[in-house]
Amino acid sequence: MKTSLGKKQVNQLLSKYSLILIILGIALIMTFSTSAFLTGTNLINLLRQISINGILAIGMTLVVLTGGIDLSVGSILAFSGIIIAGLLRDTYLPIIVIVLIAILVACIMGALNGYFISYWNAAPFVVTLAMMTIGRGLTFVFSDGRPISNLPGEYLEISRGSIIGIPNPAWILIVIFILGTIILNNLKLGKYIYAIGGNENAALVSGIPVKRVKLFVYVLSGFACGVAAVIWTARVSAGLPTAGDGYELDAIAATVIGGARLSGGRGKLWGTLLGALLLGIVSNGLDLLNVSSFYQKIVKGLIILGAILIDAKRNKKM
Amino acid sequence: MEKDKWVLEMQNVSKSFPGVHALKEINFRLLPGKVHVVMGENGAGKSTLMKIIAGIYKADSGKMLLHGEEVKFQTPRQALHRGIAMIHQELSPVLEMTITENLFLGKEITLGKSRLLDEKKMNKSAEELLARVGLEIPPTTRMKNLSVSQMQMVEIAKALSYHSEIIIMDEPTAAITDKEVEKLFQIIRQLKDENRCIVYISHKMKEIFQIADEITVFRDGSYIGTYDADSITEKELIKYMVDRDLSQIYPKRENTITDEVFQLENASQAGFFEDVSFSLRRGEILGIAGLMGAGRTELMNAVFGITKLNAGKISIHNRIVKKPTPNKMIANGLGYVTEDRKGNGLVLEMGVRDNMILASLHDLMNRIGFIKKKKAAELSLNFKERLAIKTPTMEKEAGELSGGNQQKIVLAKWLMQNPEIIIFDEPTRGIDVGAKTEIYKLITALAEQGKSIIFISSEMPEILGMCDRIIVLSGGKISGELNGKEATQEKILSFAGKNV
Repeated sequence: MKTSLGKKQVNQLLSKYSLILIILGIALIMTFSTSAFLTGTNLINLLRQISINGILAIGMTLVVLTGGIDLSVGSILAFSGIIIAGLLRDTYLPIIVIVLIAILVACIMGALNGYFISYWNAAPFVVTLAMMTIGRGLTFVFSDGRPISNLPGEYLEISRGSIIGIPNPAWILIVIFILGTIILNNLKLGKYIYAIGGNENAALVSGIPVKRVKLFVYVLSGFACGVAAVIWTARVSAGLPTAGDGYELDAIAATVIGGARLSGGRGKLWGTLLGALLLGIVSNGLDLLNVSSFYQKIVKGLIILGAILIDAKRNKKM
Repeated sequence: MEKDKWVLEMQNVSKSFPGVHALKEINFRLLPGKVHVVMGENGAGKSTLMKIIAGIYKADSGKMLLHGEEVKFQTPRQALHRGIAMIHQELSPVLEMTITENLFLGKEITLGKSRLLDEKKMNKSAEELLARVGLEIPPTTRMKNLSVSQMQMVEIAKALSYHSEIIIMDEPTAAITDKEVEKLFQIIRQLKDENRCIVYISHKMKEIFQIADEITVFRDGSYIGTYDADSITEKELIKYMVDRDLSQIYPKRENTITDEVFQLENASQAGFFEDVSFSLRRGEILGIAGLMGAGRTELMNAVFGITKLNAGKISIHNRIVKKPTPNKMIANGLGYVTEDRKGNGLVLEMGVRDNMILASLHDLMNRIGFIKKKKAAELSLNFKERLAIKTPTMEKEAGELSGGNQQKIVLAKWLMQNPEIIIFDEPTRGIDVGAKTEIYKLITALAEQGKSIIFISSEMPEILGMCDRIIVLSGGKISGELNGKEATQEKILSFAGKNV
């Protein structure tokens, strides 16, 4: 009896920390297969690589927790990016103002998503699909379909610079993560988000302003897109009309790998962060091993499938 | 010996869930042509055992014998094929599909040997099944257009359609009217004559003595005993179930009723209720009686601002509340313990504490908007103690607790708000005798503290035992008002049937 209980507890611990174990396992394999993996330069590079997806995924998780989804994150990132590049090229506005304008635009696009989803009762999948298309179209219109490059070096520091050896994008990710965690754990908004995803009716009866909260999570997701766009544009040193193409899928993947339930009500931000880290480590490692990006796509798909299967099995154990 | 006749025998069956030992070495057997009632408080293990028999759960240990032969079901389908059907406590119809489609789900009739569906044939046998349970609705009606009680009758028809030898009914009467209960009992008697075994789970004593041949009692996951229904009394049963004497079910009230605090005037909502007016006084328990579909819940939803009134006005403390929303009503001192715990009351995935504080978060914040976690923990622990909620931890997901404890969590959520007016919609539905009495005591204590209570119930004795004044709704209109002292079951029923 006692041994079987012990076994159960071990199993529970294993499933609770399975993601960390998998990440450590892959890191170990990479360390042995290529000497380039466990180097300071590469690890810092890795942090830089996961920062954008990490930020988008945190916004996505907030949306997914309410039972929604945001397909427009890639397009919102692209549009904000074009605005930054355009304003840098054509105006003498201070960088901080340009950054704030871009983030504001992203928030407004998120707010439009949220408005139609909560006040018109439209399906999140469809509304954000429309926004994804519209956003991409606007990006092409604004940029005339061409990259806007030659951005000032001062701006590029946002991506290139670092504080105590950790690159700025990673710091931004950490700040966003902390903000998100505070929202979910310490603010009533967080409880409301979980409650709406778990049981919208119960939330309504409890006096929660369901519509407002639902609108707001899309604003938050838009905010994350705006922040990600600032980093992206600085990293690439240009505004590209094709920026962020397919990023929504990576953000959803990180969210799901992190254990969030797509129907809402269940999920944790640190899980999402680990999900983004797992995706990042795998693609970084495969790059180092010179695996073609064609194969990388297959591997990524298999990881997503694996994550959801582990989750399904865990839930079935009841 | 007698043993040869046993259709089903469970030997030393045990089952645990994370944190709960749901069944401990249970023994149980069924005789042909008998109604076997299973009783016990919530969490006693009744439903768990039934789910093992029906192949939904797997036992951790123990044996199950069907006609003396050991069986191990992996899926409900296997159990169905061996002649075991179950009517579930929680309804699970596919709402977008028709009655016929629901009835034949998983056993569709096809044309000859082809794979094409024979809709004509299915509709025809569906019609026969519906007639058997006394439902006069076309079988092509979509499930979502039925009332809860009609859905329950369809569920019963579905169980009949398997021609099973063993039919398990888990609280089949929790949501149906007296007329339908009568019909159900008629069906059960028929099934007995056909020598089938019926397992019947219910909390309603009156029903149990009407229909039972044998009664088995469970308590805290243990088997207490099996008794002959003719030679046991209600009192004895309750004692076996709760292991304590319940001298009085409805507590004595010493509430003082004073000035009016709430008025509803000429309220209407198209299709649900019409021209409803009533008032409520401080310290009063106002009962709202009526049949299923009389519009009680719809009325309360509108009073609480969940749905909109087409006409009428709501006043609290003589001030009209314009455009009510739940938020506004809460701010005005209203609380609403909803009928459907799982539908509107709880977030099942959230922990006990988070569910409790859900409606009180604005009072639990510090100046910069952070939740005061320590205060929230203390407050919820305090309510957990006050309401005697049984849970291993405050983080435990609400969905994993028993019905009675879930109901107490919903109650705690509202009591934390310290509301002046509390609406209780079927507060004891589907919970056991012990938990019921506790809820009655709580409600009575609230009235004694000067709170005003609106108490909705389909259970006549409850309304009669608890209320100072009773309003009867019928067909969406108030058909009568009675003083609690002079009300009788007959008077209420005659009002309830007025506009039907």
